[in-house]
Amino acid sequence: MYAVRASGLVKTYDQTRALDGLDLEVPTGTVLGLLGPNGAGKTTAVRILTTLLRPDSGSAEVAGHDVVTQAQAVRSRIGLTGQYAAVEERLSGRENLELVGSFFRLDRPKRSARANQLLQRFDLVESADRIAKTYSGGMRRRLDIAMSLVARPSVLFLDEPTTGLDPRSRLGMWQVIEELSSDGTTVVLTTQYLEEADRLADSVVVIDRGAKIAEGTVDQLKDRIGGDKIRVSIFDPSNLASAREALGPLVTGPIELESGSTTTLLAPIKAGGGVVPQAIRALDDCGADVRDVEVRRPTLDDVFLSLTGHRAEADTHNSSETS
Amino acid sequence: MTIDNSSRALSDVGSDPATSLTLADGLRDAATEAGRHLRIMPRNPEVLGFVVIQPVMFVLLFSVVFGGAIEVPGFADYDQFLMPGIFAQTVVFGSSFTAVGLAEDLSKGLIDRLRSLPIARSAVLVGRTFSDLVRNVLTFVVMLAVAFVLGFRFEGSIAGAIGGSLLMLAFSYSFSWIQAWIGLSVGSVEAANAASFTWMFPLTFVSSAFVDPSTMPGWLQPVAKHNPFTRLTNAARALYNGLDPSPDLWWALGWTGLITVIFATMAIRRFSQVSK
Ligand SMILES: Nc1ncnc2c1ncn2[C@@H]1O[C@H](COP(=O)(O)OP(=O)(O)OP(=O)(O)O)[C@@H](O)[C@H]1O
Ligand SMILES: [Mg+2]
Repeated sequence: MYAVRASGLVKTYDQTRALDGLDLEVPTGTVLGLLGPNGAGKTTAVRILTTLLRPDSGSAEVAGHDVVTQAQAVRSRIGLTGQYAAVEERLSGRENLELVGSFFRLDRPKRSARANQLLQRFDLVESADRIAKTYSGGMRRRLDIAMSLVARPSVLFLDEPTTGLDPRSRLGMWQVIEELSSDGTTVVLTTQYLEEADRLADSVVVIDRGAKIAEGTVDQLKDRIGGDKIRVSIFDPSNLASAREALGPLVTGPIELESGSTTTLLAPIKAGGGVVPQAIRALDDCGADVRDVEVRRPTLDDVFLSLTGHRAEADTHNSSETS
Repeated sequence: MTIDNSSRALSDVGSDPATSLTLADGLRDAATEAGRHLRIMPRNPEVLGFVVIQPVMFVLLFSVVFGGAIEVPGFADYDQFLMPGIFAQTVVFGSSFTAVGLAEDLSKGLIDRLRSLPIARSAVLVGRTFSDLVRNVLTFVVMLAVAFVLGFRFEGSIAGAIGGSLLMLAFSYSFSWIQAWIGLSVGSVEAANAASFTWMFPLTFVSSAFVDPSTMPGWLQPVAKHNPFTRLTNAARALYNGLDPSPDLWWALGWTGLITVIFATMAIRRFSQVSK
């Protein structure tokens, strides 16, 4: 069973092809990470799947209903947290939640009980009766996601839920998403962070210029681009050869000199830890003066580089391509 | 404490909107949306000030500044001629709140949120225009009180006084639908501010609201005479002063109905396509 099925979605704005034949399949109860740089078409895809936007062509079903012809049925089964928090600033947190409850036609005791429950879970009890204008960015984001959960949606759409949050709030948001997923909620989340998809998503779809360029699990993606790397800097270039020799047994692939540097080596390693202390010890033993050792995890940018041969550019307009 | 998203049976939700969206549901949604605005209104002192102070200022300024200088044949006192015109202009101006409010909701992403809920398509706009009507009633009452202090009186029947007032409110309600369409079309709050107001100045001044149109330049007279706003003012003025309101009354009612039908259709259509 699929909670989301989309095929051939196309959406064009003037000369920009925001979506260019996107296909998606999300099995019920799983978390899909929709990865892409700025302007890739993530928000456009979410807007189509949540009935806010009609595709120019292609079709999509969410929770078993067509997003164009059965939009109301879809709306009653989904929750949407958009890229920018959409709360009524002049109402309190509680009033915002009860407002959504009213729109779902919950009676007064039910919507007040649900509001209380969500206020507690999202740590908003103390500020529940203050107007949302006085909330911090993180609080707004929590209220925003709580509002999309009022009617217990079976499919939840989150458009960059952690962009702009501090590390602690981000961790809190990840816990929420994990909890929802273990409750059986299907989650579609867009992100620019590979790390986030790694932590949350059962599978990922990478999009660029409105089309899918890769899909699979995060591990599969990482394997394609070589996974984690160790980056070693030493002080004296004349020690380079012995440093290479010392690192040899610890790495899983060729040791390369970082481009533009004479003292920094890069090499793929197995994911899982323990390599850094071993590397420092080995380098010490061979007499190379170590400046710095770090593990570099692949970023979305690395994925892009290896999949497309170009870096992720902000706001790519494929129409403005000349030459 | 958990989120408890597991029992997502729709039995928990009042009715499954997928299959049954009745008129009662639609009205309930509209009432919920109107309730949001009415709850916010007293928390917004600037807007409330505008609702009360601007009309009071208009009534005072026009009556005091022009009162002595302007004479209108058939009216012993300029105030008796002027007040219905000011009332009509003020409530029609009040419709601009609809455009600005919707543009604001749009820019904050609230319209997106509302559009992702399983509510009647028209509910958000019906709720918005209704709450704006309530605010206009408030403005109207304040203006009436000030006018009475200045010596304005209903010279006709009670029915005429009530009928004239309802006519102006109904006409301004129809304008709220024009403004709803504008607010959803222009793309920013600033643009909505300009686009909602600018055209209402010629509309209300090239009319019978402040002077008799036969004193205007010849080429302007037919414009002023056929202006829907002139029809409204003439009808309300006649009802307030115990004169015969026809045929202006029928014209004013016709315009009210026509504008509502056309612009409500356009605004609701726009609402279901609009994006931030
Ligand atoms: N309303 C619009 N009018 C014109 N162009 C648009 C509109 N919405 C999106 N676009 C364009 O469509 C493309 C995809 O935009 P979209 O917002 O879906 O990207 P995104 O992946 O969500 O980006 P971001 O990470 O910046 O949020 C972009 O080139 C964008 O400029
Ligand atoms: Mg986006």
